[in-house]
Amino acid sequence: MIRDTTIGAKLWITAVWAVTIFFVLNVLAIIATVIVSSLGTRWLGTWLPNAFTLNWYASAWQEFQLGPVLLVTFQIAFTVVALSGLLGVTAAYAMARRDFPGKKLVMFLFLLPLLVPPITFGIPLATVLYQFNVGGTFWGVVLANLVPTVPFVILVMIPFIEQIDPKVEAAARVFGAGTFKLFVHVLMPMLIPGILASLLLVLVRTVAMFELTFLTAGPTSQTLVVSLYYAVFASGVRAVQSIDAMAVIYMVSTLVWLLVALRFVNPTQIVARGNQSSSAH
Amino acid sequence: MTSSTLQEGTSLRQKLALRGIDGVTLLVLPSVLFVLAIFIYPFIYGLLLSFAPIREGGMFANYITFFSDPYLYNTIAATLRLAVPVTLLSVAAAVPVAMRVRLVRRQRLLTTLLVLPITLGTVLVAQGMLNYLGPQGWFSRSLMLLHVISSPLKLTNNYWGVFLSLIITVFPFTFLLTLSYVTGIDPGLEKAAATHGASAWQRFRHVMLPLLVPGLAIAFCLTFVQAFAVFPSAVLLGAPSGPTRVISIAAAQAAFEQYDFTMASAIAMIMGVVQLCIVLIVLVVRNLFYRGATSGGKG
Repeated sequence: MIRDTTIGAKLWITAVWAVTIFFVLNVLAIIATVIVSSLGTRWLGTWLPNAFTLNWYASAWQEFQLGPVLLVTFQIAFTVVALSGLLGVTAAYAMARRDFPGKKLVMFLFLLPLLVPPITFGIPLATVLYQFNVGGTFWGVVLANLVPTVPFVILVMIPFIEQIDPKVEAAARVFGAGTFKLFVHVLMPMLIPGILASLLLVLVRTVAMFELTFLTAGPTSQTLVVSLYYAVFASGVRAVQSIDAMAVIYMVSTLVWLLVALRFVNPTQIVARGNQSSSAH
Repeated sequence: MTSSTLQEGTSLRQKLALRGIDGVTLLVLPSVLFVLAIFIYPFIYGLLLSFAPIREGGMFANYITFFSDPYLYNTIAATLRLAVPVTLLSVAAAVPVAMRVRLVRRQRLLTTLLVLPITLGTVLVAQGMLNYLGPQGWFSRSLMLLHVISSPLKLTNNYWGVFLSLIITVFPFTFLLTLSYVTGIDPGLEKAAATHGASAWQRFRHVMLPLLVPGLAIAFCLTFVQAFAVFPSAVLLGAPSGPTRVISIAAAQAAFEQYDFTMASAIAMIMGVVQLCIVLIVLVVRNLFYRGATSGGKG
């Protein structure tokens, strides 16, 4: 490491760290206000609420019917995880192992849904889904959420599969394993860490995906984040603390999976997906 | 010819396998068909639909309406006024912070903290910021305690609320992306420059920056595209009928309030075209700079 000892360099380093710490403090404070508010009785014009209570959670649970909403959220999220795993891992295997004409084009096809923001492709997608009467249903939301997650799994899995020596597969073939047996007994055990990591990230993304779910969900297929949006949108009707309690429940339901996922992946991998896969070549 | 006799002996199956197409390659088909059906087809459908307006006035009626109604066409400017400064600020701040953080051994805590706002999403950040930045919130309170301001700042339900919430959600994304580019540069290159007596600024300006430009261009594009699609925070934290009436609000209103999906599709297409234009400009500018290895070595 190069040491800079001039005063200017030291001032600059201090300034950079000060800005970083200020940013992180603000992020933490934003999260903390939601938690504190959800636990407080009355909070007007003071640093902290007058007293603390857990009542808002019970009232939020009833008011916003969080039981059914949470159930739908996780049904949707786990369906998306299962389907994107199935589609994504098989496609990633083909992409990692074979060079075929038009591979670059296929790769571009998989990159597109990750580059175009959800709200841009969500509106035409919602139109088509409503045209086929899937809009507003459980499967409509699942289909819409699969659009960014299938390519995401493919891009995360390609470098994982490329790491595995093809000779291992050749050996299995020599001993008479078919493609299915090869997948289940040879590849799957070696790929489990990668699959787990990418699917956990898919879970986090789906629970937190607002735009696509907002555009395609009907009254019975709303996920927690969309309910939260409507609650904040119509705030004034309900107590702020009760909305905050719901926000905390949403936070917990997302962060649990993030914490599990972070045991398997580096945080930079969550955003640098395209870069990660291209650097593995 | 020998090659033709060779080919006669091989079956179609073998010929295809020689080109890399066999049973394994076919595994890619379900995903390709899925993306074609659920992503490409809706896009084309939306494009065609935008030329089949429900109102009178021919093919281009939706586009003519959009560009003749200031309430609609001003959304492009309103969105750019948010997205461009946010993107520039994020990229400009991400570079020095990433240059520092790459030298730190235990980056995990910081990167984990920064992933939080990305994971929680804009809706939760907006809800938190309504409390935090509100007139009675901790932010104004702290500033008043420090005697920086005398009365609470107005930071919600206006441009600045949306601006700040975008920074909170977009900066970590830009930073993590930039960090992955910065750590990809061989530290030996900077050491070599330092050995030759280059100052910190010279090392950055003449060694690191040229190597970073291609990555930064990508980071800029991805950040801009995200910021341009701002939606929930513009509604919740901004003035959705005033200065923060962004283009996605106009699209959502056309679709779900007026039930005019042809108009909504037209707005979505306009949105895509504006994003594409900015991305193309950035990529053209990028090509004017150095592109090559970031790993150092001989040659």
